[in-house]
This record gives sequence, structure tokens and C-alpha cells, in this order.
Amino acid sequence: MATAVLTKRASGGWRKTTAATTEPRWVRWLLTSVALVFLGLFLGVPLLAVFAQALDRGWSVYVQSLVDTDALSAIRLTLLVALIVVPINTVFGVAAAWAIAKFQFVGKSLLITFIDLPYSISPVISGLIFVMLFGMQGWCGPWLDAHGIHIIFAVWGIVLATLFVTFPFVARELIPLMQAQGTEEEEAARVLGASGLQTFWRVTLPNIKWGLLYGIILCNARTMGEFGAVSVVSGHIRGETNTMPLQVEVLYNEYNITAAFAVASLLAVLSLITLLLKSVLQWKTSQQVVPEELGYTGD
Amino acid sequence: MAIQLKQRSVLPGFGLTMGFTLLYLSLLVLIPLAALVFKSATIPWRQFYAAVTEPHVVASYKLTFGASAIAATINAVFGLAVAWVLVRYPFPGRNVVDAMVDLPFAMPTAVSGIALTAIYAPDGWIGRFLDPLGIKVVYTPLGVMVALTFIGLPFVVRTLQPALEDMDMEIEEAAASLGATRLQTFVRVIFPAIVPALLTGFALAFARALGEYGSVVFISGNLPMKTQITPLLIITKLEQYNYAEAAAIAVVTLTASFLVLLFINLLQWWSRRYAT
Repeated sequence: MATAVLTKRASGGWRKTTAATTEPRWVRWLLTSVALVFLGLFLGVPLLAVFAQALDRGWSVYVQSLVDTDALSAIRLTLLVALIVVPINTVFGVAAAWAIAKFQFVGKSLLITFIDLPYSISPVISGLIFVMLFGMQGWCGPWLDAHGIHIIFAVWGIVLATLFVTFPFVARELIPLMQAQGTEEEEAARVLGASGLQTFWRVTLPNIKWGLLYGIILCNARTMGEFGAVSVVSGHIRGETNTMPLQVEVLYNEYNITAAFAVASLLAVLSLITLLLKSVLQWKTSQQVVPEELGYTGD
Repeated sequence: MAIQLKQRSVLPGFGLTMGFTLLYLSLLVLIPLAALVFKSATIPWRQFYAAVTEPHVVASYKLTFGASAIAATINAVFGLAVAWVLVRYPFPGRNVVDAMVDLPFAMPTAVSGIALTAIYAPDGWIGRFLDPLGIKVVYTPLGVMVALTFIGLPFVVRTLQPALEDMDMEIEEAAASLGATRLQTFVRVIFPAIVPALLTGFALAFARALGEYGSVVFISGNLPMKTQITPLLIITKLEQYNYAEAAAIAVVTLTASFLVLLFINLLQWWSRRYAT
């Protein structure tokens, strides 16, 4: 049976395979079904459950749970934290990627390992380190308290813990992209008389814009959704230090299940938008890097 | 002559960007982490040892490591199937399914946690079929495992996909033309080539599971000695203002994750050595 099947290539295209390099039809069907059932059970069902539970008692209860004072203040706090955290980590990500990708220096891989550190640290520990520093029994806690500065159980603690957790996101997207793009274009701009800032705005930024946006979106999703680290430093003060994920926890633990899922559904919508943008941007960046990195292959 | 630490370049901004990177990295990441390690170093050794070997804590290590290992294994098996299908078989809706694989990354862990608890509860969508069979998921170690499987799913798929896409069809054609059956080609040709990626994905999923908190605490029920994971014990110690013991347990957890990280790096070094 000479069935031709398309197989995905690294460059993003598909190529034909023949009976010799693919499996019999029943194996393909079986494997596809196993994969889809597994994904459906582990991803699809939980996602649907969030919306089903949120709308369990109708739209009016749903809307009421969202316009509740505590829910609104949680939404405001989450947006505020994102407004502070995302720009700071974006500036850091661009700076770090510029230094690492455009220059050759000793200790580069060690620096990259350090930047990746927050990825491998449990969210709970990410929160804990700031309690150790600024908490009442911490290193600077008593001094800060004497001067009326509160970081732990206050908004600044949430900001610090979130900054830590989302620290690598933008840098991690930009470093490989900028390394693949090389330095020739920037060098040409410099030789032609562009200033450093002009080179960055006119040459580098247009080249990295999709990758940068991709990093920002991932950073934002994690910022708004972070739970473990924020939970340690926030103190769960209603209407003051509850972000949306913490509000979900508080409502759930009070057996206010519908309201908990209503707030959760907003976060789930955010994650769906993130996934959608992520796919679009991934496609955009692959369009941007491929011609330079792989060269034109005329097959 | 000074040792040259950086190659000359016509591009500007190295001093500024590197200075900012190092300052920010030190203030936000390195100094706070060092403070944690120092804090735990100020605890007398006897007290440190007692804190990290308390029966509650030991039970939590067993649960966390055991459930993480099982979850990562499940993900290795099914993740291979998912990655294979996504790379090799075009089917309608493939792009949507491909994008959905990242859902556990994108979804806030607290949301995943309550959603999983709702569907595996005895009256939940899946729980109602398991309950008559005597299978309890919510508030049992099985629930912890389900949550950790959810959270680790993208790691295996996302590390395997590029490895599968990079494979040369010619090698498989050669195997077929030399008379190998499709199964032989898979076992002897394809599988050995993707083992490093599979192990890396397994280790990444395992490492993530070790530190996971949000998606687990709801479904586990946090029963002492039974379903308390290690990150939860750290929080419990903190809530009792027992900073020293919280730091001690945190250092043990950190050491475990760094060992896994080291293993991943060695694995990648090893696979690069054999790739060329």
C-alpha cells in the first residue's frame, strides 16, 4: 500500500514520506487516539471544568462574583503588579541579551546559568528568600519596621517575589534569537555613522520585535498567575494584598466554589489569550530567523 | 599587560548593559539566595539535621520524590506519543492541539489546582467513574501524582519535538531498504537518537514537580504524614514563624533541584559529544 504521509520538518514545512518510512494506518490511528485522549483528559477536561464550574449557577451569579469588592481589588492589584514587574524585567531582558549576544567575554555561560536560576527554584522558596531578608525575623526586618517600611505582607513583597520568579523570561527568549542574528547588521549601521541608540532602535529592535513581544507575553502571564511565591509574602490580607490567584484560594477555602471559579475563569481566559498570541508570535519569529540562520534551501 | 576579558567590538553599550545586568542580578537573585544559605548556616548542625529528618519532613520527601518520579515517567511515555503524533501525523486541528500542550505553563497553578480537584472529586466529571471502582484521587497521593503529571506535560513534548523534527528521513529509508521492519527501525534507529531529549524532558518535568506548590495543595488535602508535599511544609514552618527550620528544609529542596539541573547539563553535554 503506497500511502504518502506528510511529516513535519525542522524548518517548519512538511515533506512526503512513503510506506517505508511511516507506520501502517492502524498504528497511526491508534497513536493519534492515545495522544489525543491523554491530552483531552489532562488538559481539555480541567480547562472546560473551570468555565463549567464558574457558570454553574448562571450568568448573574457569575457577574456578581466578579464585581464583588474584594474580587475587584484583587484584579486591580494583579494589574498594578504586572504594570510594575513586566516593564522592569523587559528592560533587564533587553539589556542582558544585548550584553550577552552581541559581545564575546569570559564567563558568559556562567552568567546565563545565573540568569536561569529562578527557573529551577521552587516558587515557595522564591517567596521564602524575601521573607528571610525583609520579614520581622529576617535580616533587615526589624530595621525596616522601625522606620515604618513594610515589605512583607505588603504590595512591595508581592512585587519583589514576582520580579524574582519572572526574572529570566524576556532574557531567555532574546538571547538565542539575538545570538542567531549575529552582529553584522549593527556593525554596518555603526560604520555608516549611526549612534548607539539609533543602531538599537532602527536595526536591532525591528529584528527582535516579535521575540521580544513573545517574552513579554510569557512574563506577563506568569506575573499575573504566580501563586506560590506570592502566597508566601502576601499575608492574604483581603482587599489589600490578595492578587487574583490568592483570591481564588481564599474563596475556594471558604467553600465559595462558584466565586472562586469565576475569578479563576478570568485567569483561564488570560492563559488562552497567551497561548493564542504565543502561537502567532512563534510563527512570526520563525519567519524572521529562518532565512538568516539556515540560509535558503531550494528543494 | 592585563588579561583580556572581553573581545574588542565596534558596538557600544557593553559597559552599561553588563553593569545593569550584574547589578540587577545580584540585588534580586544572588544576594537573596545567599542570605537564605547563610541563614541556614547559622543554625547549629544538630538542629539543622533534626529539622530536615523530622518524620513529617521525611514523609514529605518520600511523597514529593515518589510522586514526581511517577508523574515524570507517565509524561515520558505519553509525551513521546504526543510529540510523535504532532511531528509525524498531520490531522485536522493539529495546530490547536500543538498550542494547547503549553496550557500547564500558561494556566496559573491555583486555577489548575482547583480545576483538577473539582473533576477528580467523587462527584466530579472523572471522579464519578473512578469512585465506584474504589479509586480515590482527591486527598490521596494519587491526586498529588495527577497534579504533577498535568504540570510536567509540556516539558517532555517540547524537548522531544525539535529532536524528532531534526531527524533525517534518509536514515529511516536506509534502515527500511536494508530490510528492517518499522518496529525494528523505531527501536534500533529512531529511539536511540531521541533518548537524550527524552531523558532531558523527564528530568525537567521531575525538577519542576519537586518544587510545585499551587496545583498540588488543593487536590492533596495536606493530610500530615500522608499527602503533605515538601514545599507545603516550608510554608507551614513559616506560618509558625519557625524561619530556621523553613530555611533548613528549603536548602535541602534547593540542593535536590540543583542536582537535577546538573544532571540535565551533563546529559546535554553528553548528547552533544555523541551527536558530532
